[in-house]
Formats: sequence, structure tokens, C-alpha cells
Amino acid sequence: MTLNQLTVSEASQKLESGAVSAVDLTEAVLERIESVDGQVGAYLKLAPEDALDQAREADSRRAAGEDGALLGIPLAIKDVLCTKDLRTTCGSRILETFVPPFDATVVGRLKEAGAVVLGKTNTDEFAMGSSTENSAFGPTRNPWDTDRVPGGSSGGSAAAVAADECIAALGTDTGGSVRQPASLCGVVGLKPTYGRVSRYGLIAYASSLDQAGVLTKSVADAAILLGTIAGHDPRDSTSLKAPVPDYAAALTGEIDGMRVGVPQEYFVDGMDPQVEEAVRKAIDQLAELGAEIHEIELPHTEYALPVYYLVAPAEASANLARYDGVRYGIREEVDGLLEMYTATRGRGFGPEVKRRIMLGTYALSAGYYDAYYLKAQKVRTLIKADFDAAFGQVDVIAAPTSPTTAFRIGERTDDPLQMYLSDVFTLSMNLAGNCGLSLPCGFDEAGLPIGLQLMGPTLGEPTVFRVAHAYEQATDWHTRRPAL
Amino acid sequence: MQLSREEVRHIAQLARLSLTDEEEALYQEQLSAILEHFEQLQALNTKDIPPTATALPVRNVMREDEVEQAHEREDLLANAPDEEDGCFKVPAVLD
Repeated sequence: MTLNQLTVSEASQKLESGAVSAVDLTEAVLERIESVDGQVGAYLKLAPEDALDQAREADSRRAAGEDGALLGIPLAIKDVLCTKDLRTTCGSRILETFVPPFDATVVGRLKEAGAVVLGKTNTDEFAMGSSTENSAFGPTRNPWDTDRVPGGSSGGSAAAVAADECIAALGTDTGGSVRQPASLCGVVGLKPTYGRVSRYGLIAYASSLDQAGVLTKSVADAAILLGTIAGHDPRDSTSLKAPVPDYAAALTGEIDGMRVGVPQEYFVDGMDPQVEEAVRKAIDQLAELGAEIHEIELPHTEYALPVYYLVAPAEASANLARYDGVRYGIREEVDGLLEMYTATRGRGFGPEVKRRIMLGTYALSAGYYDAYYLKAQKVRTLIKADFDAAFGQVDVIAAPTSPTTAFRIGERTDDPLQMYLSDVFTLSMNLAGNCGLSLPCGFDEAGLPIGLQLMGPTLGEPTVFRVAHAYEQATDWHTRRPAL
Repeated sequence: MQLSREEVRHIAQLARLSLTDEEEALYQEQLSAILEHFEQLQALNTKDIPPTATALPVRNVMREDEVEQAHEREDLLANAPDEEDGCFKVPAVLD
């Protein structure tokens, strides 16, 4: 095993014992990026010199007696999270030139913990997409089959973790953008409870749904990263004041008597039978480990897709109004202020972003607000109520993360609705504000990874970690690596 | 739900987006199909259901209004396409 293949926990042990230095580790990862990223395209921007400086700093801090699970660990950051003095584009032409003057809170917390920032990973433009094909800078490829998409929108981060081009990564999840690419790339992906993690410096797409999350090679690593980035931030009034628990303490390996709900609405016609089979087997395995399996109902599941694709674009149409060629990003030089706005936005945004701005503007416009936006918000209440009722009966819900394995590049780009269906099993969690995690639970006949989604109640991350970790320890899916 | 070309132009204008003729035609077709699909929401009775704007229980968050230095003006202006005398500069609004 090479150093770049290590998990956070493994690398941290080697750093602590002095077997390797943060510089060794960072160099190994940079070499891996150099050798395979031409095939994968996970990164939009690399900062090798800065990364090595941070690694040297981490080594000095450790030599001075400091310790910490992330001290000297090389991480990748999705290009939707602001990084001070490191270009942040959101995968968009309109922000091609943007260099943030500050770090997102989550990035700042990782840096304080001594983590090494390798660079910025590819994303669907403004996190709008399910395949990373909507990036203005070209698609990322799935390390398991480079003719296929890595999922999205955090496809760059998921592919970087799967291809061992980092030790772990940060992503963002508005409708499944951490969990779905984690599933398609065979890694662990966590979307925390809304408000668990600060959104300060997370460039806004849909503010009532956006949440930063983590992509890792193990459940234990996700627990370490969440423990570092979680917690109240005075700069984000929607961040929760609830204390951050010791997530590692939840990894007992013991799930005897744990109540696992299985929603019938997540096993539907049209889903890949191999995905269904793998997920059903995983649920059987949870039963063998001592969990009680309960059939549950989430009756408004079928409405999550239209609700999400009205609420999120509506919020996006307001959030993206700020890109007007005045304070940051590109400007089209034309006469007149209004003409400058429309030309800058018309040329700076890509097709999917414009589609969602149009959809959201329409849903909020006079005469249609009640029929679309208000209606969607009311149905959102029903979707949330479904989960509240379910979590009265069970501790955690198990379901597929994605209805299919990784699809081919170009396969769904001509039909927006078909692409939106990629998120059909992940959207509800964002609408309800709960937490969800995807972890590997098998492979299809083509050798493509399949993900098991475990959903927890508000602030139920310890329970989700506990069940996910117990399953992971009993299986070896997470140890497989793509042949690149 | 069939959108007219006029409606597509009106939405684009509200959103401050200049679209090509091809884009107008494409969005007319695609947005119509998407909205058509979303008609399924209308079948659901939501008469006495309150809307949810956020999943959080929190509402207003109050704090002391204390002055602090957040960012340097120079740093914030560094990303601007055009600036003058410490201000963001835009094309002339009046002749």
C-alpha cells in the first residue's frame, strides 16, 4: 500500500509514530495526482507549493509536541468552498477570476487543525448537476470507468478520494451532491444535518438546503472530519448551537437492537435491479448484525423531486443575482449598465445554471408564486412530517443512494428531467433537513460501485455513523480500489 | 404547461439574462416539459398545510451590534472588474 492510499486514521497513526512526515504524505499524494489526474480530471486548481509549505508547518507543529487527527493530512476541497488566496470558481466562467479574500469556516477549521489543502476539485457549475458534466472547465471522469461520470455535483472530490488523489475531501450537498457521487465512486459521503456545519464561505446555491459534507475512504474518517468542521459559527445564523459530540465514540461496532427502517417508496420500478439486490443484501446483513428491520412508509417521496426543483431554483435565482459583473468575476464590456448585466450573466453562466435561474424566476413571478413556489413549500412540510413520523418508529432509515450505478458521459445531458431523476433518493433529506450518509455496499456486473444510504434524524449523525461503521467492519467493499 | 416564447423572454428579462434565439427555443421546450411534469403537485390537497421555508426550528438570531473589522477594502476591491477611488465602478447609467 502506498502512502496516498491511506485513510485519515491510518495516515494519522503513521504521522504520530514518526514513521512518515506530512511532507512525505503530501509528496506521495501530489505524485499520484501527477500520474492519474490527466485521466480523471478531479482537480480544477492545484496548489502544490502551498501544500508543501503547509505540510512543513504541520511537521514543525508536531515536532513541537502538538497532536491531532488531521495534523499534516492532505485534503481536497470542492471548488464551491472559498479558500483564501486560492482561486474559487464554482465551476463557472463567471467566477473564473475570483480569488477569495477569506476562507470558508469549514476550510478555516481544517487549516487550524493542521490539514494540508492540496487544491480545488471540479464541480457542476454552482453545484447544479448530478454528473459534474455541467462544469465550465470540462467533466471529471469516474475512476472505476473513465467513460462514465463520477456523479455530482461533488464529482471532483468523490473521484479524488476514489482514485487516492487525496486522503479525504470536502464537498457540498444541496440535493444529494455529496452522497450520490460517493455512491457512484464507491466512497463514503456524509451530508450532515442542516445547521450542523457552518455555511459561511460556502458559495450559496439554495440556502435552505445547502450543507457542507465530507467524502472519505472510511466511516471513521467521516467522523473525524465532521468532528472538526461541525459546530456553531457566529458568521452563519443558521448554524446550530448544539454541542458537537465525540463522533468516534459512536463507532462501537455494536448495533444489536438498533431499529432500521426500510421505506418501500425507495424500491421503485425503473431502478437498476442490481442496485436493489445489493441494497437488500446490505439490509439483510444489518439484520444479521443484530438490527431490527422495519418496513416503513414515506408516502410523499414521489413529490420530493418537483418540490426540490421548484424550491432550489427559486432560491438560486435570488442567490445568483449577485453575479452582475460589478464586485467580482468577469464582466462583458458593453455600453449601458443593464446591457452589461444581461450580457455578463448571459455569457458567464452555463446552460444548466441559466435553466435553473429561469425556472426559479418563473416559480417566484407574479401570478405563479402560489401555484408553484408556495405549493412546493407546503408539500415540503408534508415530506418533513413523513420523516418526523418515521423517526418516531426507527433509529435510522436504509435505502439506495442512487437508482443506478455510474452512467456514461453524455448519456443524460440532453434531457434535464432524466438527469434530475439521478437525485430522486437523496433530495428528501435536504428538504427535511436531516442527515444522510452513503457507503459502498457492492458492485454491479460491470464492476461499478453501488451505495447504501443511511438516513438519520436531526443531529442523528452518531447513530448513522454507528450503523455505517458496523456494516463497513463486516464487509470489504470499501477496501477495493479502481485500476487506473 | 406550455410556455410561450414571449413568456420565456419575459422571464429572461426579469432574471437579467441575455439569451440567444436558440437558447430561447430550447428553454421554451425544456421548461414547458419540466413544469408539465411538476403538475403532479397540484393533485395533492394542501389546504390547511403551512409552508416550510427552512427545516430549522430557529427563527431570528439576535446579537450585540458591535463594530469589527471584517475585511480590508483593498482586498475586496481586488476581485472587481473595474474600480476607481476605492469604489466599484460600473458603466455610465446616465449620459
